Amino acid sequence: MSNRFKSRYDDDINLFEGRWHLAQYAILMALLLAAPWLLGTYYLGELTAVLVWSLAGLGLMLISGHTGQVSLGHAAFMAIGAFTNLALMLRGWHFLPALLASAVTSGVIGAIISRPILRMSGIYLAIATLALSIIIEDVAIMAEPITGGVAGVFAPPIALFGMEIDRYATPEAFYYLCLAVLVLVTLGYLNLLRSASGRSFLAVRDSEVSARALGVNVARAKTLSFSLSCAITGLAGALYAHLAQAVNYESFLVLISITLLLQIVIGGLGSVHGAFFGAIVVVLLPQLIAIASDYLDNTAGIQIAAYPGLDTALFALLILLMVIYEPRGLYGVWFKVRTWLQLFPLYRKGMFRRTRTYLKTERQR
Amino acid sequence: MDILQLLVGGIANGCIYGLLALGFVLIYKASEAVNFAQGDMMMLGAFLGVTFINTSYADLPFLVGITLAALILGLFGYLLDRFVLRAIFGQPQFAMVILTIALGFLIRFVAGVIWGHDPTSLETPFIGRVWTLGELMIPVVDAVIIITTVALTSILYFFFARTRLGVAMQASSQNQMAAYYMGIPVKRINAIVWALSGVVAAIAGVMFAAKGAVEPSVGLLFGIKAFAAAVIGGLGSLPGALLGGLLVGIVEPFAGRYLPSGVGQIAPYVLMLLVLILRPGGLFAQISQKKV
Amino acid sequence: MSLLQVKDLSISFGGVKAVDGVSFTVEPGEVFTLVGPNGAGKSTIFNLISRLYEPSGGQILFDGQDITSLPAHKVAGLGIARTFQNIELFDHSSVLQNLLIGRHCRRNTRWFEELLFLPKVRRSEREHRLLVEEVIDFLDLAPYRDKLIAGLPYGVRKVVEIARALSSQPKLILLDEPASGLSVEETQNMAWWIEDMQKDLGLTVLMVEHDMSLVSRVSNRVLAVSEGRPLAMGTAAEVQADPKVIEAYLGTEATS
Repeated sequence: MSNRFKSRYDDDINLFEGRWHLAQYAILMALLLAAPWLLGTYYLGELTAVLVWSLAGLGLMLISGHTGQVSLGHAAFMAIGAFTNLALMLRGWHFLPALLASAVTSGVIGAIISRPILRMSGIYLAIATLALSIIIEDVAIMAEPITGGVAGVFAPPIALFGMEIDRYATPEAFYYLCLAVLVLVTLGYLNLLRSASGRSFLAVRDSEVSARALGVNVARAKTLSFSLSCAITGLAGALYAHLAQAVNYESFLVLISITLLLQIVIGGLGSVHGAFFGAIVVVLLPQLIAIASDYLDNTAGIQIAAYPGLDTALFALLILLMVIYEPRGLYGVWFKVRTWLQLFPLYRKGMFRRTRTYLKTERQR
Repeated sequence: MDILQLLVGGIANGCIYGLLALGFVLIYKASEAVNFAQGDMMMLGAFLGVTFINTSYADLPFLVGITLAALILGLFGYLLDRFVLRAIFGQPQFAMVILTIALGFLIRFVAGVIWGHDPTSLETPFIGRVWTLGELMIPVVDAVIIITTVALTSILYFFFARTRLGVAMQASSQNQMAAYYMGIPVKRINAIVWALSGVVAAIAGVMFAAKGAVEPSVGLLFGIKAFAAAVIGGLGSLPGALLGGLLVGIVEPFAGRYLPSGVGQIAPYVLMLLVLILRPGGLFAQISQKKV
Repeated sequence: MSLLQVKDLSISFGGVKAVDGVSFTVEPGEVFTLVGPNGAGKSTIFNLISRLYEPSGGQILFDGQDITSLPAHKVAGLGIARTFQNIELFDHSSVLQNLLIGRHCRRNTRWFEELLFLPKVRRSEREHRLLVEEVIDFLDLAPYRDKLIAGLPYGVRKVVEIARALSSQPKLILLDEPASGLSVEETQNMAWWIEDMQKDLGLTVLMVEHDMSLVSRVSNRVLAVSEGRPLAMGTAAEVQADPKVIEAYLGTEATS
């Protein structure tokens, strides 16, 4: 399957590399569409959460993974998206225009702040966005008419195409809604990546000077990437609000910003797959721990549930191992396994050996 | 007088931020890495201090307790570098950011398991004692903090500017490979710096617990604020870190007093963003254009 | 009319005059080479022409147009492409991707059209690809088309960088030390390619190079610079024989 002969330029332009590739994704899509029948209500809810966090991860992946500008503050844009959506719906807007407004508001706010923020780079950018996230926490408390202050706001039910969509009353409908948004965004994302804008993002990530020399307006590329990234994250925030049913400032703490970045790192920075892999880990790890904890309690009488924050700690341990042994994240693991399968039995041990690198100063750019 | 009183408290707090910011700057100067677990190392230092000094634990003399805490955390920093950080030696700055964020999570969890989640204060010999200068009341704790910080900053400053080791550290941060070629033991230097920053974090932690109360999650936000202070100072400058710390420490109580509630808490971050927007490399910027 | 006119160009870094009153003109279709000792300001002149640096004085005219205060990202669109001394490729992308980024200044689609991947975008992608394939053929890069830059040998990367510059369909190409770090054979190939660029593609080449055998072989005219000032101009042989140039390279003791 790796010996595919390309005969037209379209083979490189198309989203899917040939029939087999298309078939794989068709099967995945069919499974996702059949999920409400395959899974119970509880796990369908968890799968919905995976979709929402994938969407948020995609948003961050665009600016951090593909444009190379690390943001430690994306929960702020989830907050903007969520509060915009709920505030508008509570004032009588329909869901879809309100969802669109979430994306637009987050995107526009992202565009406005991107100019001063994206003049910074590396570690300075990271801390600036981190500060932004902390500031938004307090703003969410202070802007009471919109955000409901400390108490927050409840999500009203969604009326769409004559249906009432509610996370608990009609979980399948809400699942399909999230799936539809995610698929549309992913397609748009992939389209962008295979055309000039996406390439200019990669160029900015890898070498700003040569991007500039090749005609890329670096400031503009960063602004576009950042505001699109904020818009996607805003969408995720709006969906999250309906998933959680109620949000307040605590829903978008700075810790969420940090976790979101860790999520895409564990998934694999710079790959679309990574956003999805990361979301799966973030959502399912606590589940696995809960199951393991029950099992240990029942069989051996060990109560690991007595240690709060164990899931975060295990997540952190996973990150630690990933950074040391597989910097390309779960995507890297997946890539290696795939290559191994494709080349079987010809895989050589040194195939993915990393070359020795030395740290160079990042004070010059 | 009210203002002066606020100022004294602010300076003392600012010194703790400054001390922690020193830890950030030390590591940044030597390896251009940023230790996002610095705040959590401080928390660890605070708990170690409590463990050695408080009567309900080991009940050792104050100075002995501090020394032990500093030594243990120094060793911790050294081992951290030797067995964890060295594994990603040579990788870009970003890998270190992620790694230390993860380390912070782990340290927080372990501290929670060992010491629990109740806020604990350090019992110092000068607890509750106050010097009065006219109407101004200076808690002895604050005075001790200020003196320690100034002394420590001066020592580190001269160390970096004057000693061979200090200069070698600076060289290894700018170009690892070139530093290697010049015969600088880059890896050993990294380990020394991490040990040093552990010592500084322990001292900051003890001060922190003497002035307030420590619990496992204090490190995160306190660390971020101290990092903001280091960034305000320019990340590469030790006096800059202290200055940044003082600015943050002073701005906080004043903003809390004179600005509407809510704004006071975010004042340090707003200050940092303003500094970064006006001077993207901090007050003592060290970023220059890349040569092509 | 001259393709590139540099008039009295100057720049200083922190009081040091890196380029101090350099003037020269490059005629269409010629290979013009800058030589000089390290630190003479050759690369700085390149960076000034590609607008990465802000000159403190002087003027740069390209094709009759004053580009002295043009933003750097507009230079490529006018027809000036360049390579870098220390190779600035996009390491995590394939050769093909790198060359397609070279087409960026010729893009004719907007981001929202790309988001929807309208038929127009597909058409434009095919056109870009066609032109990039011509460059790949020209520089024999077909075996490396889908390889990641990070895994390529140094010599190939040098060629890819030239290919990326050519993809933008320039009138003038600036080559910053194209042969540095190359083996004798690779330098030989480089000479052929520079000649082909000049003869087959009708390109004008402005080059900085230390390897005098390459310089003598391909250059029409050579300008020697030292300490930011022009020293001598002429054919490669003339410049090499110039006593001022010898002095600049070997120091004053050698001539006395």
